[in-house]
Amino acid sequence: MDRKTNLMTWIDERLPVSSFIKNHLTQYYAPKNFNFLYFFGALAIVLFALQILTGIFLTMHYKPDALHAFASVEYIMRDVSFGWVIRYMHSTGASLFFVVIYMHMFRAIIYGSYKQPRELLWIFGVLIFLLLMAEAFFGYLLPWGQMSYWGAQVIVNLFATVPFIGPDLAEWVRGDYLVSDATLNRFFAFHVIALPLALAGLIFLHLAALHSVGSNNPDGIEIKQTKDKKTGIPLDGIPFHPYYTVKDLIGLTVFLIVFTAIIFFMPEVGGYFLEHNNFVPADPLVTPAHIAPVWYFTPFYSILRAVPPIFNSQFPGVAAMGAAVLILFVVPWLDKSKVKSIRYKGALYKKWLAAFVLSFLILGYLGTVPSNIWGQIPNFIPFLGGLDLATFVARIFTIVYFSFFVLMPFYSKKDKTKPVPKRVTY
Amino acid sequence: MSKKHNGFDKDRRKFLLTATAVTGAVGISAAGIPFVTSMKPSEKAKAAGASVAVDTSKIEKGTLLTTEWRGQPVWILNRTEDMVKGLSKMETNLADPQLKVTSQQPKYCQNPTRSIKSDLLVVVGICTHLGCSPTAKLQPKGDMGDNWTGGFFCPCHGSKFDLAGRVYKGSPAPTNLVVPPHKYIDEKTILIGEDQKDEA
Repeated sequence: MDRKTNLMTWIDERLPVSSFIKNHLTQYYAPKNFNFLYFFGALAIVLFALQILTGIFLTMHYKPDALHAFASVEYIMRDVSFGWVIRYMHSTGASLFFVVIYMHMFRAIIYGSYKQPRELLWIFGVLIFLLLMAEAFFGYLLPWGQMSYWGAQVIVNLFATVPFIGPDLAEWVRGDYLVSDATLNRFFAFHVIALPLALAGLIFLHLAALHSVGSNNPDGIEIKQTKDKKTGIPLDGIPFHPYYTVKDLIGLTVFLIVFTAIIFFMPEVGGYFLEHNNFVPADPLVTPAHIAPVWYFTPFYSILRAVPPIFNSQFPGVAAMGAAVLILFVVPWLDKSKVKSIRYKGALYKKWLAAFVLSFLILGYLGTVPSNIWGQIPNFIPFLGGLDLATFVARIFTIVYFSFFVLMPFYSKKDKTKPVPKRVTY
Repeated sequence: MSKKHNGFDKDRRKFLLTATAVTGAVGISAAGIPFVTSMKPSEKAKAAGASVAVDTSKIEKGTLLTTEWRGQPVWILNRTEDMVKGLSKMETNLADPQLKVTSQQPKYCQNPTRSIKSDLLVVVGICTHLGCSPTAKLQPKGDMGDNWTGGFFCPCHGSKFDLAGRVYKGSPAPTNLVVPPHKYIDEKTILIGEDQKDEA
């Protein structure tokens, strides 16, 4: 035995390195028919690592203090060597994280990757999505610009609408009677340590669940059902390493081209990744003329705006916004279809999915613009006269959004599915 | 009598296990109290919520002064006679013209102008929807359309309020703007943050 093998044996007797590499990389068999939608999980992990890395270096220069926060971000941008690259990597990384996660979730929805036996895998995923939204929200307050401040003001006041305990709850979250230094300090704590730790834990569980049940694929077939009789290896499986590590590297390369192009040529992306108003220091006495969250929250924000107050309470709108995310948890039990993948689902399901995607995009757009953008419905129309047209459209698509989920047990059962082949196709 | 299985007393084990778990849970909850309460407003933040005195003699008719109380904007609007007269014509457009939600103003402002003196309106400039600060659109018409009679417009979600801070029907904001506790310490000076005692 040479020295290298000796060393490996020595380590393996104390830490199961070789068997881990075998079980999770070189002898972990993934379906051979992955398409480009399967890049996004790997990209999400790379982005998570990148956000941690850039975050650590930003923390070296940032000051979580209402008096100094805004100036310290400008200091990073102007005076710290390459500070602007690190800051833009972090801000662009946040937005692209959501691009990647939304694609990853879309992939899971169209190929039925949430269905039995992957329900827990999906639930961990939705939890990661929830925490990611919280992480992005806490992080957005830190530059202490006008949008940071008023965005936080609006979101924290959502808690105040909870019946009975609301106002006390909002005060407890803020640590003051308004968003202030105390709020900034605690959001910093959540953003840099509490949530990243929780996210790391959940990502571990997400991957552990994935490696226990194995990946789904665009055909929605369980490759473990057709194994080679001699070796016990799935006939439609290929080792993750080197096949998918190399494939993911190609995906990563393309992704990094887009990522760096944004950082170097359009880091604000026309006010969508970094809002113009956030280059003005926070002012508790002046609300900017138009408040909109960053683009990745806008579909949910539209739902919040669309629901009118009921019994003098804002809570229904807030509850609807929460439900829009939480309903994802029960999708595995709402889908009664016999098949997993959209390839073998019928026209009825495809129409509903198209309506859902359309409503998500329209709600997303409407959330970025003021509600009076399309003017009002003329007064001669009964019931609706005088209502903002955009609000009316948002209400329609809020109903479509929820119908996709609520009616899923019915249309997915009624849907005419096609026969699923035994082996994967391309 | 306890049941013994292979020399183990199962009931006793179960009891000990439950007792340990419950004691542990109580202990951990108790240890959580300092962490949870540390997030409440500190003594310093509470102390900053003291009252503010404002001289109103410098506010011209038809103009607005913004001051700060508890870190929130408080508006003092010196209404012209026309503005005050206009208030009574608004009622059909408003969600709560009769001020039925009494928590939105102190008792001594539970009147048609929502103020102690009919011309001087004092309100917290925070939208009752989600806490943005509305923009003053005191003049009629303009970019607010021909039906607008002057008031406040919240840029966040389009809530509208009249010149007494009463909310328009169909606004996302559920209630009228809040009139903070305030009193006159002399003819022209308002103290925001303390209630007036004598008048009803």
